Amino acid sequence: MIRRTLLALALLLLSPLVRADEVQVAVASNFAAPMKAIVAEFGKATGHKAQLSFGATGKFYAQIRNGAPFHVFLSADDETPAKLEQEGLAEPGSRFTYAVGTLALWSARPDFVDAKGEVLSRGTFAHLAIANPKLAPYGAAAMETLDKLGLTSTLQAKLVQGENIAQTHQFVGSGNAELGFVALSQIMKDGRIGAGSAWIVPAEMHRPIRQDAVILASGRDNAAANALLRFLRSRPAQAIIRSYGYR
Amino acid sequence: MFAAANLDAILLTAKLASVVTLLLLLIGTPIAWWLANTRSRLKPPLEAIVALPIVLPPSVLGFYLLVAMGPHGPVGQVTQALGLGTLPFTFTGLVVASVFYSLPFVVQPIQNAFAAIGPGLLEAAATLRATPRDRFFTVALPLARPGFITAAVLGFAHTVGEFGVVLMVGGNIPGQTRVVSVQIYDHVEALEYGQAHELAILLMGFSFVTLFLLYAFNRRATVPGT
Repeated sequence: MIRRTLLALALLLLSPLVRADEVQVAVASNFAAPMKAIVAEFGKATGHKAQLSFGATGKFYAQIRNGAPFHVFLSADDETPAKLEQEGLAEPGSRFTYAVGTLALWSARPDFVDAKGEVLSRGTFAHLAIANPKLAPYGAAAMETLDKLGLTSTLQAKLVQGENIAQTHQFVGSGNAELGFVALSQIMKDGRIGAGSAWIVPAEMHRPIRQDAVILASGRDNAAANALLRFLRSRPAQAIIRSYGYR
Repeated sequence: MFAAANLDAILLTAKLASVVTLLLLLIGTPIAWWLANTRSRLKPPLEAIVALPIVLPPSVLGFYLLVAMGPHGPVGQVTQALGLGTLPFTFTGLVVASVFYSLPFVVQPIQNAFAAIGPGLLEAAATLRATPRDRFFTVALPLARPGFITAAVLGFAHTVGEFGVVLMVGGNIPGQTRVVSVQIYDHVEALEYGQAHELAILLMGFSFVTLFLLYAFNRRATVPGT
């Protein structure tokens, strides 16, 4: 009995070590929906399996620096992958921009946000949600947009911060914040905005949100990791990415 | 000694924990008294509800609180009807969330202390014509003192150590909802490890000293003749 239990325990503990064609991918929260669709296609096309973890770019950076077992990193910015490469934690030359993010001012209520975003200067709301600008590229882009509109000091008291773009979306989706800056990809469904009302922030309002992918040091010899990055550049994958509102 | 933002977070956390502890003692005492004395069939389900925050992850509690206190949730409907607006992203919202989250840490020690008194002394007081009110205030409360001290300390410390719920309903507003644990998280995410250390070591020291004093006190309270 004891021996059988120990054997079962050993098998459970060792099982993650024996899968070969699997790639562990750290994915920035804003890219969660398109990435799930891409990975489904990737599996069909190549037979490889990709395990996805979603989270904030800054958190992934800290985890990767401390030995997190990811093979591929899809960042929400272009600085973090570059930094990882400099620090020898990513495979040199594997880095490329897989998507350029689009910022959207969104409300769960229909007709709350007008097509030009003038609701911001009217100020008829109690809470404006943004992702933490210190940590999340979409949060930084939201602050740049407010700066450009000259509304930063007026709206400062109404800002509430999500830890990442996913939580920001949750604040707005649950109605706790009347509106907020989210990633367009989060509110796109079948090629159009799924629910509520939104202003798609023009590209010139903030620096482009270039999202880079990179193979991490531990993924160098992983066939599935290399195949995934090739697949991300392919036409089917790029079509999925564009259908979620990336530029 | 501390960066200004860190100091704000420390003061806010102390304020939150103090308010929550006071409220919990007020709310928790009658609940504990009832639980310690009742034979009602409602006792087990109520005990289970009180204990839920011990086993539930803060993500569950935070998620439901966010939805319940939001504009479409039942609590949110009531607060809006009262003209109070909605609670998430406010200090009041954090207080409400923390009261739920720390409830078992206050109710259970008090309930145990009440139960340990046993019926004998209370019945003796009753034969001396003490009213139920007198029995509660002059017999039960003084005898349950160690339980109250444990409850207050655990309630305070547990609120200081709260993170997941605050992250989910707080919105990270300086001076309002950015407590120490969230501030540490922000520092770590932004790779400001020095600033994170400054607060983390403080929290570590505070928690150890608090628990140490509590256990030292409880030992003295239970070892006879000391």
